[in-house]
Amino acid sequence: MKIAIASGKGGTGKTTIATNLARVASDKGQSVAYLDCDVEEPNGHIFLKPEIEREQSVISLIPEVDEGKCIHCGKCGEFCRYSAIVCIRDKVLVYPELCHSCGGCALVCPTGAITERQRQTGVVQIGKSDSIDFVHGISDLGVAVTPPLVRAVKKSAPSADIIIIDAPPGTSCPVIESVRDVDYVVLVAEPTPFGLNDLKLAVEMCRTLGLRFAVVVNRVGIGDDRVHRYCKDEGLEILQEFPDDRKIAQAYSQGMLACEIYEDYRELFLQLLDKINNIVGLTKKSTSNLVKEDSDAGV
Amino acid sequence: MKEIIVISGKGGTGKTSILASLAVLAKPVVVADCDVDAADLHLLLSPEVLESNDFLGGAKVEINPRLCTACGKCAELCRFDAISLTGVGNEKVKATYQVDPIACEGCGVCVYFCPEKAIEMTDAVNGRWFVSQCRVGPMVHARLNPAEENSGKLVTIVRNRAREIASKEHIETILVDGAPGVGCPVIASLTGADIALIITEPTLSGLHDMKRVAELAGHFGLERYLCINKWDINPELTEQINEIAKEMDISVLGKVRYDSAITQAQVENLSAIEYITGGVCDDIRQLWSELADVIRG
Repeated sequence: MKIAIASGKGGTGKTTIATNLARVASDKGQSVAYLDCDVEEPNGHIFLKPEIEREQSVISLIPEVDEGKCIHCGKCGEFCRYSAIVCIRDKVLVYPELCHSCGGCALVCPTGAITERQRQTGVVQIGKSDSIDFVHGISDLGVAVTPPLVRAVKKSAPSADIIIIDAPPGTSCPVIESVRDVDYVVLVAEPTPFGLNDLKLAVEMCRTLGLRFAVVVNRVGIGDDRVHRYCKDEGLEILQEFPDDRKIAQAYSQGMLACEIYEDYRELFLQLLDKINNIVGLTKKSTSNLVKEDSDAGV
Repeated sequence: MKEIIVISGKGGTGKTSILASLAVLAKPVVVADCDVDAADLHLLLSPEVLESNDFLGGAKVEINPRLCTACGKCAELCRFDAISLTGVGNEKVKATYQVDPIACEGCGVCVYFCPEKAIEMTDAVNGRWFVSQCRVGPMVHARLNPAEENSGKLVTIVRNRAREIASKEHIETILVDGAPGVGCPVIASLTGADIALIITEPTLSGLHDMKRVAELAGHFGLERYLCINKWDINPELTEQINEIAKEMDISVLGKVRYDSAITQAQVENLSAIEYITGGVCDDIRQLWSELADVIRG
């Protein structure tokens, strides 16, 4: 079973829910893999404190131009949809941070002047947090195109009863890469106007991708009841509510797992886990082959 | 003209709430919402939309099943696993190739190399962007459709328009609401901007993410300043962030206390400054007075 914890808005509690779920599932005896797919700002390690056992460099292919062979015909620049290669009079400029590694420029070059070289875009670290298999990716600063790193994190996932994917905020490319093949998405929302606006976007994203999903409302007590009314009107299931609680904010600020220090929260996370297990089922083990081998994100 | 981009690394640290209050204090000001994935600033500034534009950031790639001979060249060249032999058949072949629109990144390699010229790519609208007027001045904002790509390009459009307006209307300050993270939309909002105001919170996650985004902003040559929001939820960590900022040569321009009035103001579609006086507003006024000094240089 592969589940993703996502939200349109940042800071709604994705990592809190994902890491606590991972811990209670593991304590219950399920085999758990936790994948932090927020490769731009991964925080799961702060709470799960894994021992990193190995690290892999994630590379993308970017063009390199042999000026000796280049006839400055401009075909590469005309072809590139991302403005990552530009031909100006007698010079070809490459902008690696914009490149999507499609390989098109090298293919269209009539003189074979373009080859591809490897560029590191980040690393994937793999380890253990007690018996939880832990994987996260960290993008190199300045790298704009992060979906290949997300793919690399997912590819490194070991088999487990439950694979928990901690998604980045938002609703665009890196989020889609994180959630696109999961069995179920848990959308974490705050009961505020911002929370509602961004929940609607996340719901629209799940519907566009054809994914099953439900909502967890976090920090109930702040804001208003518009998120609840929206869920009711749209017929969305609210799987669980978590109250606005200063002691949880404090535990979070110090990198502590609420389920490990507060029995009442352990109970809440266990209830949430049971609901997810019941909905998605423990029918089969998820395999590690989450994404097919691909060439743009060789690990 | 000075362009100030408000970023945080971590989401939910209070970028948009603080920016709305700063905009009220700074007016007249041009505001630009560059969190195009999950734009929220309009909820506080209630802009009146004057101009609405399509964003042609998407590409729609389709294989014509009548022309496809299932040679497989497209699938072989596609680096995104976006093409598979799952389309309907025709008189020559049992099944044709088909593009998965979610996996497709619109690079155009398949279109170029299809020997049958059976693949077509067209521009697709995948968002909208708006020029508006709100009570603090002109506002440029956008909406990328969920599950869409090219947020960086949309951010660039929003920023360029904001600068045009500022220069035409002789407005000295542009306040830009950035996206969380350090990827594509953030990079697009940093290039060529003047000042990065980083909003962090005293949590280990906030600190971790602040360091990364501060380093990124430094890499792009911006002047960097820090604001510690909700500083009183963990005063020890706030002190630690102060120290780290000093080591990174970043001035802490302000500390803003935790106050539930920020959320209540949001419920009323107002900035905190317009909703209450004293308390958290004094902190924000202090932050603005420091920032205004920085802007004046």
